[in-house]
Amino acid sequence: MSDFWSWFIIIIVAINLLGCAGLLLWNNQISPEEAAKETTGHSFDGIQERNAPLPRWWLFLFIGTLIFACVYLVLYPGLGKFPGVLNWSSTLQYEKEVALVARQTDPLFEQFAKVPVDELIGYPEALAVGGRLFANNCAICHGSDARGAKGYPNLADDDWLYGGEPKQIITSIAQGRTGMMPPMAAAIGNTDKAVRDMAIYVQSLSRPDLAKDAEKAAAIERAQPKFAICAACHGQDGKGIQAMGAPNLTDTTWLYGPRLEDIETTIREGRKGEMPKHENLLSKEKIHVIAAYVYSLSNKPAP
Amino acid sequence: MSNAHERVEKNVGLMIVLTLIAVSFGGLAEIVPLFWQKATTEPLESLEPYTALEMEGRDIYIREGCHVCHTQMVRPLRAETERYGAYSVAGEDVWEHPFLWGSKRTGPDLARVGLRPITEQWHREHLRDPRQVVPESNMPAYPWLQKNLVDWTTTERKLRVFKDTFGVPYSDQDIAEQLNKIEGEWANATEEDALVAYLLSLGQERKEVAQ
Repeated sequence: MSDFWSWFIIIIVAINLLGCAGLLLWNNQISPEEAAKETTGHSFDGIQERNAPLPRWWLFLFIGTLIFACVYLVLYPGLGKFPGVLNWSSTLQYEKEVALVARQTDPLFEQFAKVPVDELIGYPEALAVGGRLFANNCAICHGSDARGAKGYPNLADDDWLYGGEPKQIITSIAQGRTGMMPPMAAAIGNTDKAVRDMAIYVQSLSRPDLAKDAEKAAAIERAQPKFAICAACHGQDGKGIQAMGAPNLTDTTWLYGPRLEDIETTIREGRKGEMPKHENLLSKEKIHVIAAYVYSLSNKPAP
Repeated sequence: MSNAHERVEKNVGLMIVLTLIAVSFGGLAEIVPLFWQKATTEPLESLEPYTALEMEGRDIYIREGCHVCHTQMVRPLRAETERYGAYSVAGEDVWEHPFLWGSKRTGPDLARVGLRPITEQWHREHLRDPRQVVPESNMPAYPWLQKNLVDWTTTERKLRVFKDTFGVPYSDQDIAEQLNKIEGEWANATEEDALVAYLLSLGQERKEVAQ
């Protein structure tokens, strides 16, 4: 702030305070002759205004605010560039607050970080912290109950796309994951029928009873040889390959929905599932605690 | 001295003038000096002008009233920076016309939403049907954004007004480039594309501080 604006502010503040004090004095002093009058002479609809001095409580309150203002301007910034004797600033207050909380919580996180994830799930206070961190950072996709949504994996079951071991969970959180299912319609015949057949086949992997329906059994038979193309990622048996994030198709967990329409869309358009990395946003210790929280959703602590 | 205030009390014109002088003190001391402070008039070095797509997205943000429920102002309080990211400074809003600080948080603050680890796909699904991804959400759905194409008719004029009137440093070449993209890659951009581009641009100027 330049000197000009500093003085500009100081002068306005001074005029303001002096003006208020002056007004008060002016209104508080009346001549004995005026004070002796019974009424002010004002008359409204026959009602006369009594001539009374300013109420004492109000007067002292006013003087009090003037004193408060002066004390405040000495202690806190308000007079242009003068920072006040307390040297207060909003930035400094913020930094102190951050430092204070860091002093309080860092040892806690360090302590948690020393405990392996599979043991940390036996520490209720760590899980409580992890739950809060999860709510703030993970819940928008995986849900506040961690049960996920269409396209966002359920973390509370024991089915894992990229593995459910503590190390794998930490990697998923820190470095993120990118799952890519390419559009496959062209590869399997490029007709609506071929896509429907394959969808029925995929559905039948977790529902063998579908083969009882003659029409579906025919579709399964038609699609089965073509599944070799899918096997590159999902495995010949359809059980998926965790290292690639290729889901198991033989279980009843459906990331993008179990209906034929959902499966057809997946085959036709492909899917891209991206878990963003969090290592820039969250400290190692915090990721460790979140991983413990996620791990605890499908694992019980060892007795 | 006696009853001199009677002159003020019985003269409405004089009363108005004196009242205006009295109430102007606050503004003169707290607002007017800011017009000449570098902290409020100079953009952050990391600040980038909006692309045409982001600017249209911003106008859709205003049209749909996003700012009524979402602020774009992270206060310097630990609880806020912990949740949203680096606190807001004046230098990041120098090119905002009008600024979209908002005043009420029905939804979360969005000033740093572009820095959050949220995918573009999530933003799209969330705009089409917020409860699809966040079951507890009370945000309205905006499914028409994915169907409406961006109306580019006034974009060039907007860019020019921002350049000439507001002093945003677009060069004529920048504007020509943006117009090329409007004819080319953005020709069939939907309003959802524009809004998501705008949302992802939010906070980028504070990327360094956030990490």
